[in-house]
Amino acid sequence: MGIEYIYPEFEVVRNADRCIKCGVCQRQCANEVHKLDEDLNVMLSDEAKCVNCQRCVALCPTRALKIVKSDCRLRENANWSDSTIKEVYKQASSGAVLLSSMGNPNPLPVYWDRILINASQVTNPPIDPLREPMETAVFLGKKPEKIQRDENGKIKCELAPQIKLPVPIMFSAMSYGSISYNAHESLARAARELGICYNTGEGGLHKDFYEYGPNTIVQVASGRFGVHENYLNAGAAIEIKMGQGAKPGIGGHLPGAKIVGDVSKTRMIPEGSDAISPAPHHDIYSIEDLRQLVFSLKEATNYKKPIIVKVAAVHNIAAIASGIARSGADIIAIDGFRGGTGAAPTRIRDNVGIPIELALASVDQRLRDEGIRNNVSLVVGGSIRCASDVVKAIALGADACYIATSALLALGCHLCRTCQTGKCNWGIATQRPELVKRLNPDIGYQRLVNLVTAWQHEIKELMGAMGINSIEALKGNRLMLRGVNMTEKELEIFNISHAGE
Amino acid sequence: MKKISAENLDYRELNNALHECHCDATVTDCLGQRFIAAGKAHYNYVIEGISGNALGAYLNGSVIRVNGNAQDAVGDTMNAGQIFINGNVGDAVGYAMRGGEIYVKGNAGYRAGIHMKAYKEKKPIMVIGGKAGSFLGEYQAGGLIVVLGLSDNNKPIVGNFPCTGMHGGKMFLRTKPESVDFSGRVNVNKAEKEDLEEIKPYISNFCKEFGYDEKEILNSEFTLVTPDTKNPYKQMYVAN
Repeated sequence: MGIEYIYPEFEVVRNADRCIKCGVCQRQCANEVHKLDEDLNVMLSDEAKCVNCQRCVALCPTRALKIVKSDCRLRENANWSDSTIKEVYKQASSGAVLLSSMGNPNPLPVYWDRILINASQVTNPPIDPLREPMETAVFLGKKPEKIQRDENGKIKCELAPQIKLPVPIMFSAMSYGSISYNAHESLARAARELGICYNTGEGGLHKDFYEYGPNTIVQVASGRFGVHENYLNAGAAIEIKMGQGAKPGIGGHLPGAKIVGDVSKTRMIPEGSDAISPAPHHDIYSIEDLRQLVFSLKEATNYKKPIIVKVAAVHNIAAIASGIARSGADIIAIDGFRGGTGAAPTRIRDNVGIPIELALASVDQRLRDEGIRNNVSLVVGGSIRCASDVVKAIALGADACYIATSALLALGCHLCRTCQTGKCNWGIATQRPELVKRLNPDIGYQRLVNLVTAWQHEIKELMGAMGINSIEALKGNRLMLRGVNMTEKELEIFNISHAGE
Repeated sequence: MKKISAENLDYRELNNALHECHCDATVTDCLGQRFIAAGKAHYNYVIEGISGNALGAYLNGSVIRVNGNAQDAVGDTMNAGQIFINGNVGDAVGYAMRGGEIYVKGNAGYRAGIHMKAYKEKKPIMVIGGKAGSFLGEYQAGGLIVVLGLSDNNKPIVGNFPCTGMHGGKMFLRTKPESVDFSGRVNVNKAEKEDLEEIKPYISNFCKEFGYDEKEILNSEFTLVTPDTKNPYKQMYVAN
């Protein structure tokens, strides 16, 4: 086989007039792109190692650097794109499965962008959220079908356990191991300050973070890492992870090299041993089996915690959700196929699953049709990017949204999509101490608080424009939505009218 | 020891009774009630009858004895404690257990000891007196699984595909190495005398509990299975 050199995807453009050879870029780059040649006194770049994380650009004191996409391309071919050809090269030389990070970057339809929100004009007044009270709090958990009274006519007030959120947003599961201690601390502190929840993922709960228990969702996945009695009782709720939007139907594998120090302690497995999460839960082959895991967790926690079942959005999601709603679970979390990941096989990430918008619309409709919508709350994630996505999701029937990629962006992530290397220059997706310390949790948590607070303001503003002052009145209110650029079938699934109708 | 009759109680009522008594208890007339003693760290329990699925799930220190058969998922994600089953046990016994000990007098169903793991001083132990079903020790990541094959049900000591995905821990089968068909990814050897030292205390516990002769059992040939580190269970990846 001949030479198969893949030309670097990015170019480092260094303005020689501005560069003072201070070496900041060299020290900041864990990928070792920059190097000072002391004999010639010039900064050199090995662009083949560059992932375009923009760390050097952001920290260069004289703004001497920029990273640009290389214009050295293979001959244009609409069928055989550059990336497709390079993937063949990579596999031909390695014989290995392609592994990618973060959400699907391909130009597939984003239905949020094809849905438009209504506003009040003339016949009903909009509301100014700065002047009038607006309610954005939601309660997640099983709701009673009807009001029940005791023999004296008093309303019976016993409710199944609930999670109260002042704003319908939570941080979704990212394990300690896939992200750093400082990233977890930032999420935990922000969740406490905001009164919302963050999620441990399946890496267990670090001993330092038990104090954030009331704002923590603890996850139980097929590997059961770090799961024990205290862990189950530590959180506000327990999430059974059946699937993940970025990799439906497959498990996880954190290599032994990453199981070091506190990651090993938190997962409760020896240093250097592989952490394999099998694709299935081996005790779950049916809704009845799922019910057994749900109730074993309820028994172990004395029925005090809501149980969440998280599934990936896949073709039969409505039927699956209907089963889960009958399994005794309190909350269903659905993760769409544009959701993020620390590492997933490229082919799975880019081809398996369905968009969250369609999954949410069909699940909410199915549960209503079957009269079991009150059995569960619905939480959706898998690329909720902004406040208007949240509002659209609520209007389609969600009770709350999970965000993760946007939370990481708030912490400094530049979406370079190389989390799997463990060399995150922003201190997020890494366990290397010198990189982890670059993320200051005092700043990180404040930025997360800012983000969610800003979204809350925007949610109130969008609600006010619609003339709605309580988020409960927006829930499942699809009359507030119109579609653009959609087929009849798409409109039918969303059960919304086309704009202009 | 308090006596609680499980007759006409559903699992929630029965577990509530165990929860509220704050003492050692004997459950009589047990007929498949699930989740008994889930997550319990204190007190000891004796179950007369057949315990239902997920007996002692997340168990954290209690000792449970079942005088009868047990159903599926005994000791799921168990952390500490002991479970003795004086009979047969269903599928997925000891799923993902991290600590504690499970002793089964009779046979075990499919997927016994699946994804068992160990951590520091925690080392889960499972001794199956009879035969084990298919997928024994699948994904085993730590701990010790011992199968003695003492029942005479004409079945092989272990069913198909034992140790698939095994990447840690040890397994001892009281049989000759060549008599079992293993996946290619494990090391299979005849257990030497010093290997057997490791399982001796647990064989001793088993024999004391269920009335077998320890010497006679230890005098047999054992097969020792360990993961093959040169051929590890993992996918090959290339960054994209």
